[in-house]
Amino acid sequence: MSYPTQFRYSKDHEWIEVKGDVATVGITDYAQSELGDVVFVEMPAVGTQVVTGKSFGSVESVKAVSDIYAPASGEVVEANGGLKDKPEAINTDPHGTGWLIKMKLANPAEVAALMDAAAYETYIAEKKKEASA
Amino acid sequence: MDSGNSPSTPILRKTALNALHKRLGAKMVNFGGWDMPVEYPCSGNLLCEHRAVRSGVGMFDVSHMGDIRIHSAKNPGGALAAVQHLTMNDASRLAIGQAQYSAMLYPAGTFVDDVIVHRLGEDDYLLVINAGTREKDINWVRENTKGMDCQVEDLSDAYTQLAIQGPRAAETLQKLTGAKLDTVKNYWFTHGAVCGLPNTLIARTGYTGEDGFEIYIPSDTATSERVWNAVMDAGKEFGIVACGLGARNTLRLEAKMALYGHEISDTINVWEVGLDRYCHLEKGNFIGRDALVKLKAEGLKRALVGLEMVDRGIARDTYPCVDENGKEIGLVTSGSPSPTLGKNIALAYLPPSMTALGTPIYVEIRSQRCKAQVVATPFYKRAKKPLAVSQ
Repeated sequence: MSYPTQFRYSKDHEWIEVKGDVATVGITDYAQSELGDVVFVEMPAVGTQVVTGKSFGSVESVKAVSDIYAPASGEVVEANGGLKDKPEAINTDPHGTGWLIKMKLANPAEVAALMDAAAYETYIAEKKKEASA
Repeated sequence: MDSGNSPSTPILRKTALNALHKRLGAKMVNFGGWDMPVEYPCSGNLLCEHRAVRSGVGMFDVSHMGDIRIHSAKNPGGALAAVQHLTMNDASRLAIGQAQYSAMLYPAGTFVDDVIVHRLGEDDYLLVINAGTREKDINWVRENTKGMDCQVEDLSDAYTQLAIQGPRAAETLQKLTGAKLDTVKNYWFTHGAVCGLPNTLIARTGYTGEDGFEIYIPSDTATSERVWNAVMDAGKEFGIVACGLGARNTLRLEAKMALYGHEISDTINVWEVGLDRYCHLEKGNFIGRDALVKLKAEGLKRALVGLEMVDRGIARDTYPCVDENGKEIGLVTSGSPSPTLGKNIALAYLPPSMTALGTPIYVEIRSQRCKAQVVATPFYKRAKKPLAVSQ
């Protein structure tokens, strides 16, 4: 799966796409493939303030639970309700219908500090090399 | 996302099939110091692997398991005496070709490890032990048989152990052996040629709650890969897939089979986990027996129960169980979504007063109190099919 160039990526394997002052956040294809079959997603309520680098929810696969860390600070304006009945969308379409939250950014400049698609692909290539060593 | 990688990567042990797993693209994890496949994207991952074993057939590399042979030295009966001293089940009841679930205990009646004891010959036994406890177990066996009239051999590195599991396992393996598998009953074994390898141990055992076999072949990579590939070919028509430790865990949990370090450990005794029917106090003395007699008289302080989540949420090992006031009453030892039942299930230790079926309790899941209830176990039991041939 390719990594959309309009997204920015965190070291914790979240992606963020900014449109105006609202950003959509999800986990990357690499993250979903590491997790395995997603069966449960825990997300924050609308209005929650999320803080860069802090956990705002969790994604559970059959075998493990993983925190999701905010790639930027802001206020949650929508959570993806579709994931309640179809958490597997995170596996099948992590960069699309498997999005997690939309948030109003506190400081849009924060996003520029994140990796672009090329940098992220280099980053995960290193991770994969470590794992197969 | 937490990648879960530890900062310092220890040197992991590898089975003879390690390179094959990596070529297949398996996701590998550190399991008890072993670099093992947790799931295979080429199999469709954990859920598909789990379903294949429940409905068709799947194969697991379980070569990380250890094997200890105890056989006669000078006088016949010395090995049996050693096995009886070391384990809680009654090995004198075993016929040649029969196996039993058992455990080695500390003097306190808690677990060194759970084992499967196979009676290979007149006074010849094979104990199959867990991977993470190999060194501890072999040392324990050696120390506690000192001066006894038996020989102890660590054969752990001699075998590649393959588990072929599922309702189509017998048909799959039958294509590769002349041994008559339909005459081998559950927890019995035979020796026969498999893929041309003479005298291969073929046991009708497993850790999935499904019918299946475990075979023990020479542990060189060429032989191991050849047999692996032959089984995959033989099972193709039944939809065989390679299965990892992820599915092994969900399968054994549904069948309520204990996992060392979770349901059993050096702080949990036999009565608490409820393995009474594998423990024979009347057989005579064995390590842990005195403590078990005393513990039985004292009564249980906690007992292992099955839980089903009522609220949304997945209970996982080490999560606390609490009552309606938030008071901690117990601990989850294993928990997962059950692919077969479509529910979230768990095993937990609770006070005996809370173990009645239907008892409502709560599990603290990441600081949220989620309702659960005590349910009957095993969570899953396969339909019993009458054997075509009985001995």
